[in-house]
Amino acid sequence: MLNAEGLTKTFGGVTALDQVDFDLRPGEIHALLGENGAGKSTLINLISGTYPRSAGTLAVDGHAVEHLTPQLARTLGIAAVFQEFSLVPELNVVQNLFLGRELRQGPFLRSRAMRQEADALLNRFGFRVPLDAAVADLSRAQRQMVEIAKALRGRSRVVIFDEPTASLTDGEAEPLFAAIAQLKADGVAIIYVSHRMSEIRSISDRVTVLRGGKRIGTVETADVSDAELIEMMVGRPVDELYSSLTLSPGDERLSVRGLSTRSGRVRDVSMTARAGEVVGLAGLVGCGRSELCRAIFGLEEVAHGTIRYHGESLHAPTPHHMLRQGLCYFPADRGAEGLALNRPARENVTMAGLNLPALATGPVLKVWTERRAIAEPLEKLGLRPMAPENNAAAFSGGNQQKLMLARGLLKDFDVYLFDEPTVGIDVNAKRDVYALIKQLAEGGATVILSTSELPELTHLATRIYVMHEGRVMAELGPDGITEKSILSHYFGEVAHA
Amino acid sequence: MPEVDSGLLRRFVQNGGIVITFVILAVVLTAIAEPRFLNQLNLTNVLRNFAFLAIPALAQMMVMTAGGFDLSLGAVVAVSSLITAATMAAAAAMMPGADVAITFLALAAVLSFGAAVGLVNGGLVTAFGLSPFMVTLAMMSILMGGALYYTQGIPIYGVLDSYISNVGRGKFLTLPVIMWIALGVIVLIVLLQRTTVLGRHIYAVGGDARSARLSGVKTARVTLTAYVMASCLAGFTGFLMTARIGSGQATIGTTLALETIAAAVIGGTSLRGGVGRAELVALAALFLTVIANAMNLIRIESKYQTLVLGAVLIIALGIERLLQRRDAGG
Repeated sequence: MLNAEGLTKTFGGVTALDQVDFDLRPGEIHALLGENGAGKSTLINLISGTYPRSAGTLAVDGHAVEHLTPQLARTLGIAAVFQEFSLVPELNVVQNLFLGRELRQGPFLRSRAMRQEADALLNRFGFRVPLDAAVADLSRAQRQMVEIAKALRGRSRVVIFDEPTASLTDGEAEPLFAAIAQLKADGVAIIYVSHRMSEIRSISDRVTVLRGGKRIGTVETADVSDAELIEMMVGRPVDELYSSLTLSPGDERLSVRGLSTRSGRVRDVSMTARAGEVVGLAGLVGCGRSELCRAIFGLEEVAHGTIRYHGESLHAPTPHHMLRQGLCYFPADRGAEGLALNRPARENVTMAGLNLPALATGPVLKVWTERRAIAEPLEKLGLRPMAPENNAAAFSGGNQQKLMLARGLLKDFDVYLFDEPTVGIDVNAKRDVYALIKQLAEGGATVILSTSELPELTHLATRIYVMHEGRVMAELGPDGITEKSILSHYFGEVAHA
Repeated sequence: MPEVDSGLLRRFVQNGGIVITFVILAVVLTAIAEPRFLNQLNLTNVLRNFAFLAIPALAQMMVMTAGGFDLSLGAVVAVSSLITAATMAAAAAMMPGADVAITFLALAAVLSFGAAVGLVNGGLVTAFGLSPFMVTLAMMSILMGGALYYTQGIPIYGVLDSYISNVGRGKFLTLPVIMWIALGVIVLIVLLQRTTVLGRHIYAVGGDARSARLSGVKTARVTLTAYVMASCLAGFTGFLMTARIGSGQATIGTTLALETIAAAVIGGTSLRGGVGRAELVALAALFLTVIANAMNLIRIESKYQTLVLGAVLIIALGIERLLQRRDAGG
């Protein structure tokens, strides 16, 4: 149905995709697997016409397609579900669903007809989303639903899903899988990009593995084991990602009493964290653990409660004060909050530490020692490529994360708050992050780790607080930490079944 | 799951409650401080001046909602005034007496000129990815310089008397014709924004150009159209102003770049694009016009007026931001 040969894409001098062959049969679910930067996104962007290809051929139903644009791809019945990327936040749900393909009468919009169709479309997939809400006001899961509904409007013959479940809970993903099954039954071919091995195994027919822009192989899903797939993806057998931690927790360093935020995302939370321990914060995306971290660092307005830190009772912490007091926060959204993407990596690393004696004397920057000061942390983290003068935007997700982390290594902090430190980074970078956490905690620092990845919690944390809708549902001690025990509190009290 | 907050304050802010309050306050306070404000003569004057600000402010809003900027609007107004006068003078010599035809010929000339400027502005921005700020600043400089060079500072005469009396001074239902024309333009643009595909696409491109492109919107064409429409509206403003002034002037519109952005922003247009509503921008234009008139009535010198305009802009934005923040619960 779709046949690509020798697809190649270069950006500037960098080859993102190198001579990749790819084919798609009607009614099959074809998974794409690979680390970040392996070329998955580039491949699906070429197939959906977002980027023009540098070389190679693409044929749909045996007809060669020369210049593929998003419009042409759509005419050919190729639809793509991107990770929330084709929605305009200022427009409402109906407006977004019909963006670019409005129902019209001459130059005028047929608003009522679009509303009815939008309602029917969302109902078809069992998605519950308010039609008049601006997309900016929706939750991540709801946005994903709108994105999916948008792509599936009209007749599609090829549908590309780019990590569709990345921001969904299991319950929310069910309507999606039902929709995919329905499409498959209708003979629609599906390209499915996901990091989740269990999903790939349960729904895909074939898997194509990419590494470093090259196709490593295409296999029938039923014929390979998970370990074989990971080996194809990483290029060598996976070592144990986590090494065991030997921790000896000391005195209480940080405590939170009855904390509620003004936004209502954190409600009456109490917790403590001691020196030399890793405290895990578990829960669904949106359960309030991110906001708890942000509140402690002074980025969320506190309505009630206190934060006790260094013998001080803080009611309204500020980032400036907390940094000076030795508390360091790594945000989840690197692009929006962490990095100045169009500035050199070096400046991004030193940005938060310009009051350190190594970097400045009063208002004057020590431009000579700046390079030396960042060399050690960057080497410790294994920045690739080791080019601190390149703009932050030029690094892969994992290496951008390392730039963030390097900030925390410029001086010794007492408390490190990690919010989703491994979202969107590849396996090797993950291992580096875990090694760093181990090193910090064993060195006597307090690490607070907020994450959606259960294995991270079970392997790294000494104690875990499970949150649900802003409240702490349970505290699990060292003996009680298993994926099952964490999950049993994930959905509040009702979900024991 | 976060419910969409629909608090009273939020609805008030979103539906332009702030701008409406500004307008009412300005009118009431001015009327109390200076009863001459309510003279029929003065009110007529205010409504005409309102028209001359509202139309280019809508033009500015159009470009801003598409994610751009147009500093050259004021210069287009000035040059269009020259074109109107020069075209009328030349055409009247060739076909005396055909006043209606000559008027429409002049209108066609300014609209073509506006379209050309918009094509260059929008073309440079979309094709080469140049910053709208720099492109339109350069365009402003070129047009202003050209206009001053061409006229040597001397007004161009020859505007048709019938045009001046019917449009410039004319009234319909006791209100100035120019105000009715402006109202027509406002209604058209409100309809464009709310009911047409193009209007929807302008919001989308300004809100998130990448998403719009992925959705199959021809982003470059939409942006280009926004610039062209804006320059045409500016040209139309110059055309109307000429009827009021009675000659082509190279020096009108010099402060319009600032004033139109002020009106657009006070009317809730986002500097980052994607947000902006014509009816609120028109109200903001009315607000600024009333303030300028009040300052004239109490004899504040014109050089202090720009100072006040700047202060008003900052205060208005400050209030708006404050209310938004108080409302922003998430």
